[in-house]
Amino acid sequence: MELTQNDKKSFLEPLFKNNPVFVQILGICSALAVTTSMKTAITMTLAVTFVTAFSNVGVSLIRKFIPGSIRMIVEMTIIAALVILVDQLIKAFSYDLSKQLSVYVGLIITNCIVMGRAEAFAIKNAPTGSFLDGLGNGLGYGCVLLIVAFFRELFGFGKIFGFVVFKTVQNGGWYVPNGLMVTAPAAFFLIGAIIWIAKTFNKSLQDAE
Amino acid sequence: MEHILSMFVQGVFTQNLALSLFLGMCTFLAVSKKVSSAIGLGIAVIVVQTITIPVNNLLYNFVLREGALSWLGLPNLDLSFLSFITFIGVIAAIVQILEMTLDRFFPPLYNALGVFLPLITVNCAIMGGSLFMQQRDYNFGDSCLYGLFSGLGWAFAIAVLAGIREKLEYAHSPKGLRGLGVAFMTAGLLAMAFMTFSGM
Repeated sequence: MELTQNDKKSFLEPLFKNNPVFVQILGICSALAVTTSMKTAITMTLAVTFVTAFSNVGVSLIRKFIPGSIRMIVEMTIIAALVILVDQLIKAFSYDLSKQLSVYVGLIITNCIVMGRAEAFAIKNAPTGSFLDGLGNGLGYGCVLLIVAFFRELFGFGKIFGFVVFKTVQNGGWYVPNGLMVTAPAAFFLIGAIIWIAKTFNKSLQDAE
Repeated sequence: MEHILSMFVQGVFTQNLALSLFLGMCTFLAVSKKVSSAIGLGIAVIVVQTITIPVNNLLYNFVLREGALSWLGLPNLDLSFLSFITFIGVIAAIVQILEMTLDRFFPPLYNALGVFLPLITVNCAIMGGSLFMQQRDYNFGDSCLYGLFSGLGWAFAIAVLAGIREKLEYAHSPKGLRGLGVAFMTAGLLAMAFMTFSGM
């Protein structure tokens, strides 16, 4: 199967230029909530990428048979089925992780990225393109998650992926952990800062005067 | 009485859905440009939250929970894995019914809240409320209180943020920070203020 220029574009654009989190402002809830450590962030990235990609394929496959008036509920059902699958998998293979992620796995259903892509892209496009679009958006979301989680885990606990980078004072090292980083406000500040940086370098994103 | 008070403080302040649990962020940031629309959405969230959480609570306790269907002769059946799809279905249905009822019987209210109602189906604060209800194992009475108070907390947070953002329109923030960037920072500062309640 030959990939068209459009397919490549739908995969690459959401990675930075049209990033779902800091350009389209979608899926913020989980981006803020699961980023206290790299491990939860990666799990969440994989889960969201999987759900977005395959719900896009599902919606795209049956797009010609869905009546317009009930398309939301059909999309919702496809998404919810995939999320249940992901949730059961995480529970089965990594129970501790599923406890840490708490309700946020279930909230992928209402994550606006998934619904937004199904509604904006998959309902109008072929399965291959939709799959790549979902993949791109999931990974674009993941990039932001990982950046935020990197800073929060490093400065909040002195660790990356649970490995000690800065030895903390409690363990006889020199680093005093920054308690603010693991709390809610830091997540808002970090995403605000990412938006600021993105808007400074990409003038077209700036709000019109 | 003390119990109700502690539920109130927990729902509105210490476990605020928007500012400490990050729920409903998309609409929280998108609709907080003007105080009037923020309050409209806030009221819609309170109403939907107060109805959906108790309904989902009943469904969970009498249909989905492990052993809930023992009266049907199925004591080992555990349908709790279906809770996501059930909750979202209930939420979508209730929002739809509410929209039609308001349109039929209370047109002025419909005109004020109508545009916000469809937004609520995909508002994760509503879904999150139901999931927390399930996770914390509330009984029916508690779930009614939780629905009301958590909705109230969310509405309160969005109204405050909208008030601040309206004033910030006139501030000279750096170009890249204008609009959403500064909204995030403001929300961060608000969250910090709300953190001080956690000692209560």
